[in-house]
Amino acid sequence: MAGIQVEALHAWYGRDLILKQVDLVFPGKAITAVIGPSGCGKSTLLRCLNRMHELVPGARVAGRVVLNETDIYHYGVNPVEIRRRVGMVFQNPNIFPTMTIFQNVGVGLALAGRQRYRHRQLETRVVKSLQQVGLWEEVKDRLHRTATGLSAGQLQRLCIARTLAVEPEVLLMDEPCSALDPIAAIRIEELMRELKASYTIILVTHNMQQAARVADFTAFISRGELIEYGSTPEVFLRPRDLRTERYITGTGG
Amino acid sequence: MVTLCILATGILLAVLGLVVGYIAIQGLPGLSWSFFTGTPRPIGEAGGGMAHAIAGSFILIGLACLVGIPWGVLTGIFLAEMKRWRRLGTLVRFTADVLSGMPSITAGIFIYTSVVISMQTFSALAGGLALGIVMIPLVARNTEEILRLVPASMREAALALGLPYWRVVVSIVLPTAARGIGIGMTMALAGIAGDPVPLFFTALNNNYWSLDLRQPIASLPMEIFRYTAAPFAEWHTLAWAGALVLIAISFTPMLLVRIFLPGYRIRR
Repeated sequence: MAGIQVEALHAWYGRDLILKQVDLVFPGKAITAVIGPSGCGKSTLLRCLNRMHELVPGARVAGRVVLNETDIYHYGVNPVEIRRRVGMVFQNPNIFPTMTIFQNVGVGLALAGRQRYRHRQLETRVVKSLQQVGLWEEVKDRLHRTATGLSAGQLQRLCIARTLAVEPEVLLMDEPCSALDPIAAIRIEELMRELKASYTIILVTHNMQQAARVADFTAFISRGELIEYGSTPEVFLRPRDLRTERYITGTGG
Repeated sequence: MVTLCILATGILLAVLGLVVGYIAIQGLPGLSWSFFTGTPRPIGEAGGGMAHAIAGSFILIGLACLVGIPWGVLTGIFLAEMKRWRRLGTLVRFTADVLSGMPSITAGIFIYTSVVISMQTFSALAGGLALGIVMIPLVARNTEEILRLVPASMREAALALGLPYWRVVVSIVLPTAARGIGIGMTMALAGIAGDPVPLFFTALNNNYWSLDLRQPIASLPMEIFRYTAAPFAEWHTLAWAGALVLIAISFTPMLLVRIFLPGYRIRR
């Protein structure tokens, strides 16, 4: 199943090697959790998959990342195009405060530049995205007002809707529930399960229960190296590597 | 410590109140229909007005904004957003700081040698340019500082949607920072509106109604300077009224920006 293949990926910040020789396949239409101690490079791995890593001055990448037969680091590939195909959701719901709810969801389409969207088309997509994240009923009466007053969980779902509106193939989620209360977090987890029917989802999380609950596959990274990768029950119940076992049982990284 | 802070603030407010209040008391009697419509009368004759200077000030401020605002804002965007040019940015930032700390008479001299001499006349154009040059570094540095306050996470969110960088800056970062940038512009504007120094070598002054950009032009600060230095009571009244109008001209844009540009509470 097509998803994202990572081959011999290395990543640097300046002279610091953050990721070493990562080889990994993220299967399509499934949720893969990436777990590991703080600073192990899991967020960097995520940011290498949509070419956000290189935005930091001095950041560098080597290796191949293949998305549906496109090597995203191949010469001549436009990173802006890649970011439209690989959406990203961040830890803090970072909505655009100057814009209305409608504009926030439609912004990726409205400002894309190359294609001009008619208002009708834009509206259809915005409504569809809001329905996908289950926010439509909650905001349909206030679409043209700013998002102030929404709860953190609602804002995070708004951010997911914003990402979905661009119709990406892959959804990268960088600790999407860390800033949310448990009930809002469960809501996002349910949403991820619904979305995996149509998207490849890669979830970076600190919360191992969450990984165990939602992920089909789990990758464990420590000190920039991929230590273990397999189906979630395998990794959690029968880890092959001692380091994985220690991390999962909480007896040291 | 708290007492000292309150004291300092109190004294500042008192001084502000005194200055504005005194100018209002002295200036209000001079405000009349003819003040806004008339031009200077011969010495000894009562009446007359400052219409020429008010119009001149508007023209000079307008020209200065035309030069200073786009130039300053673009430089500010360069400083804050173009990370590939950080080396040059450091140099530009240092230059802007030096420029904004320099006495404004240097801008006047610069325009005198580069524009006035080649045009062979003092002119409104030269005056506007000189004031514009004083504005650039102020607007640029303020724009930069405000843009830096827009959190990186917001830029990242926009970039992750597959928007080109310049789109993110123009459509997301700038609108978020609009209020701060606008306030900075009006402060720079207030700074130059009341400054006669760069005008001595450039716009000079004019006793008559003139809107010709190629000719010397009157302005409120120049006329206030001339009228207060003269020994005639009528002129002093005009000068006070002129000062009051000048304060209003400087203050109005600040008020408008604060009312009409909304501020955004930026999360985290």
